[in-house]
Amino acid sequence: MEANTVIWIFILPLGAFILNGLIGKHLPGRTPGWIAVTAMGAATVITWIEVYRFVRLDEPAFYQHHFFTWLNITARITIKAGVLTDPLSLMMMAVVTTVSLLVFLYSIDYMKGEQGYARFFAFLSLFSFSMLGLVAAPNLIQLYMCWELVGLSSYLLIGFYYQKPEAVAAAKKAFIVTRFADFGFLTGILLLSGITGTIQIEELNHFSGIPDFFSQQATFLGLSSITWAMALIFIGGAGKSAMFPLHIWLPDAMEGPTPVSALIHAATMVVAGVFLVARLFPLYQAFAPQALDFIALIGAFSLLFAAIIACAQTDIKRILAFSTMSQIGYMMLALGAGGYAASLFHLFTHAFFKALLFLGAGAIIHVVHTQHIEQMGGLRKVMPVTHVLFLIACLAIAGIPPFAGFFSKDEILIAVYAHSKVYFAVALTGAALTAFYMFRLYFKVFWHQSKEVHAHPAPVLMMVPMIVLAVASVITGFTGFNLFYPLAGHHDFTVPFTSVIVALTGITTAGVLYLKKREKPEQRPLLYRVVQNKFYIDEVYLFVTKNIIFRSIAFPIAWFDRHVVDGFMNALARVTQSFSQKIKFLQSGQVQQYAWVFMAGAAALIFMLMFIVR
Amino acid sequence: MTGIPVEHLLIFSALMFFIGMYGFLTRKNLVTMLIGIELMLNAVNINLVVIDRFVYPKQTDGLFFAMFVIAVAAAEAAVAIAIFINLYRNIRSVDVEKVNEMKY
Repeated sequence: MEANTVIWIFILPLGAFILNGLIGKHLPGRTPGWIAVTAMGAATVITWIEVYRFVRLDEPAFYQHHFFTWLNITARITIKAGVLTDPLSLMMMAVVTTVSLLVFLYSIDYMKGEQGYARFFAFLSLFSFSMLGLVAAPNLIQLYMCWELVGLSSYLLIGFYYQKPEAVAAAKKAFIVTRFADFGFLTGILLLSGITGTIQIEELNHFSGIPDFFSQQATFLGLSSITWAMALIFIGGAGKSAMFPLHIWLPDAMEGPTPVSALIHAATMVVAGVFLVARLFPLYQAFAPQALDFIALIGAFSLLFAAIIACAQTDIKRILAFSTMSQIGYMMLALGAGGYAASLFHLFTHAFFKALLFLGAGAIIHVVHTQHIEQMGGLRKVMPVTHVLFLIACLAIAGIPPFAGFFSKDEILIAVYAHSKVYFAVALTGAALTAFYMFRLYFKVFWHQSKEVHAHPAPVLMMVPMIVLAVASVITGFTGFNLFYPLAGHHDFTVPFTSVIVALTGITTAGVLYLKKREKPEQRPLLYRVVQNKFYIDEVYLFVTKNIIFRSIAFPIAWFDRHVVDGFMNALARVTQSFSQKIKFLQSGQVQQYAWVFMAGAAALIFMLMFIVR
Repeated sequence: MTGIPVEHLLIFSALMFFIGMYGFLTRKNLVTMLIGIELMLNAVNINLVVIDRFVYPKQTDGLFFAMFVIAVAAAEAAVAIAIFINLYRNIRSVDVEKVNEMKY
């Protein structure tokens, strides 16, 4: 691994961002898109070469290189920008560059003719740069900085249609919610570096347990300080990964353009939380088992919660958003249950099939001009290729062999089974619900009666990435991931057998309910409405912020500021003003009067000097 | 010079100073007020020279101070008279009580 080759992986997307951002507006036609694609393509090639060298040429499994010293804080704590490559970051870099490249390629035609075409590609390149910096970060500070940068690019891209009020609101919501979580992350970093005395990830993962600054035995509410630090870091990850109760931004983030949803809000950025926990996994395992239990709990709850909500949504992208949240719940649960490789395997496969689902949804929206699944139907005749690709992705996420999702979900189920039977039951229920809601979506969109849709074939540039992703969704189950981590073979087929049965049950139920007739009861049951409104979590947040925080805290404080603090200052000003109004007539404009005062003053001074001061 | 005692000289300069001050404070014509100022300045000059001569006969600081005052007084007179002329052109008067535009 050569440092001066690796650095191009970061420079190229950054260069595309700068170029498109500065002069993209003046470039003709689709040139900005091709600039971004070229840069990303080169970065992808370099990444895969590095992966190949890592696999074939027996490069050391761990490699660290610092490009430059960024901040010198103390003699012991210096922050250096650089790369850390180990199987985890190589795997993430491969996923990020590959999915980015395919989504960029797709966007060239998808975004054609949009206002701000160059801006779009500039932001996408910025995102890829930040995400690569994040996954390759050798220390927590660089990781945190890139973490905020991906948050920023996510904000910019959700609000891409900035003339749409919903998009602006969604962008703000995403930024504020994740910012709120990042506060936990930052506190966690400070606490952790206070305990361990280092910010280097590899030193952290080999932490001896001897505290540096203050004792790790220091406890708060019965948990050790290091557990608190790790839990706080997880909260940052939970915000980015849309875990309950910080998930509210993800469905709204679908206001952004569909390729953005595919890249950022499905395949790469939202799994940053999983990556973060995986990055510090040795530390979690050795020092913070309670934090891991917490992660498992949140993951299990989120996966079931999101899966239930996804069953009652009618917006195609929102269904996919909740499904993303549910799948990340699986990854978190697997990490909490100790299934490190299983979790990353699912991250790897999920990136491909979820990106495919979103790109497929984008192709559908491109043709039917609506996101409402009740207004679609019979599309299998209109767009046969997309239909097949979408079906592959649905089967992959539902966990049907031989598609990728089956293998990775299977690994997770085995890991969870060994950990806890309750979580296993939750994960199985989630698997059934996943199959159900995905095929509800599939049947509603592609079957039913045909509609009058002006079918124009999707451009080749949109089809190619989808085909590549579909191939990846099939083969990554067999190969690909074991480049990075060897997976243990299993010979017990109870768990996989159960999971397939469960998934098939879900698909069959969806088929029975949605394949033929379209039920339209006048009065939906109460439970359905509760689920459709996402358990009213948004309303709870609104209630808490509006009624509790604004009414009882913010308004009184604002009143105090306006009337007491400002009032005091205003009173001071008013007294000064009226006093000066009274004495201003001393300024008569008569020079001789002034001279009298002056002389009297001089005389008084002389008198004092002569007789009083001495 | 040897014949005149120092007290006489100091009394003379004090009288001159207060005459100038009286003129400055009571006259309404700006030009006469300026003359009052000149009287005060020259009273100070006499004081400086006398103190130099009788108290520090080996040094010349007082003499140079007096010369500075003369130079500054010349400049001041030039500026003041220029102002008076312009004032007269504007309000047809050099009465100090009419020059009160700069009040509150």
